Amino acid sequence: MPHFAKLFNFACWLTQDRSAAEELVQETYMKALKGFPSYGQGTNFRAWMYRILRNTFLTTRSGLKVSLSFDSDEDGLKEPEAAENPESLLIAQVERETIQSALEELPVNFREIILLCDLEEMSYQEISQTLGIPAGTVMSRLSRARRAMRALLAARAQGASR
Amino acid sequence: MSCDLWAGMLDAYADDSCSPEEVAGIEEHLRTCPACASGVLARVQAKRMNRLAAMRYTPSPEFQLRIESSLRKKQNSIWRWSRPVWVPRLAAVALALILIVVSAALWTRHAAREQDLAELLDVHVATLASANPVDVVSTDRHTVKPWFQGKLPFTFNLPELQNSPFKLLGGKLIYFEHSPGAQLLFETRKHQLSVFILQDQAAMRLPGAGASRERGFSVETWSQAGLRYVVISDTNPADIHALSELLRTAAGQ
Repeated sequence: MPHFAKLFNFACWLTQDRSAAEELVQETYMKALKGFPSYGQGTNFRAWMYRILRNTFLTTRSGLKVSLSFDSDEDGLKEPEAAENPESLLIAQVERETIQSALEELPVNFREIILLCDLEEMSYQEISQTLGIPAGTVMSRLSRARRAMRALLAARAQGASR
Repeated sequence: MSCDLWAGMLDAYADDSCSPEEVAGIEEHLRTCPACASGVLARVQAKRMNRLAAMRYTPSPEFQLRIESSLRKKQNSIWRWSRPVWVPRLAAVALALILIVVSAALWTRHAAREQDLAELLDVHVATLASANPVDVVSTDRHTVKPWFQGKLPFTFNLPELQNSPFKLLGGKLIYFEHSPGAQLLFETRKHQLSVFILQDQAAMRLPGAGASRERGFSVETWSQAGLRYVVISDTNPADIHALSELLRTAAGQ
């Protein structure tokens, strides 16, 4: 099954629940199998699979809550108080567990875009196809997501140094 | 050129999402600007840490079996509904059924093999496109091999590359079919070659031993001492075979 382990990892990050992630992955493959005849040649297969998974997630109870917050994504979300600049925060010193807890705390739309970019190493174009948003929005959302991530890591670093 | 012109593009550069013209412009600027160069380095490090931290959840083998079984059932039901219903004679129906089942099984097996190999091809391509393609960067096999200690449930030998056209660039840990494996990156005449070393498992659905071409890439694979080796590159098949021979010899030592 292509991308199985990675899709499961992504589903866990979205749902924050292992059994919900298993259901989500299973439904994704079922939908992909059913919809495969309509899969267009030349379409990015990975982006297609991730898009099915994400759309399926958005129809779940916890996903619906998230999708409501997406409506206000580009203008409504409060800008985090940034611990600028990025170079001042040497991420290499941050423990893996700290990054994981910061990722958990991020809003889902920020978390997913960081995962698609940094973990899946998708290009902005691929992320745009996966999330169904313009490439310009990918760049702005990614930038806001990273700022929020840095703010969370900075808060943890300050807490640890006290 | 002023940093202001490039500062907004450093994220896209680190994310490998710039056009070739932008990349050329940024790289020229980075050669003369330590501030922007360290900015790129910080971004690449942050991405790497995020990647390592985000690889957190692994599906259980039970879940994989369950999902494979339900997919098989679903596939069978699709075949059943698409079966011709007008075949008049029982023998013809039986024959058609046998043909359908056999072709479905063959097709499924072939598709699974194609997909598993396609996954490795994707990993190879993603590695080449990545700003940090390997986790252990070294041309020394005595540095690269020990790096995998404690990370893999098996060990492997790397060949001596002196007097060969190949150069070791490094390696990294990958997950394939829910098991950890090694990806080693080699170079020859500016072509990069990925060597995947995986535990040879019955559930693994890769093509049988031999050389082939997939999506324009040359591929050679074989099993040796309980391990499965897969070599992938866009270089010519003779190079792939030469590196495979070196690996086979090293594995036999």
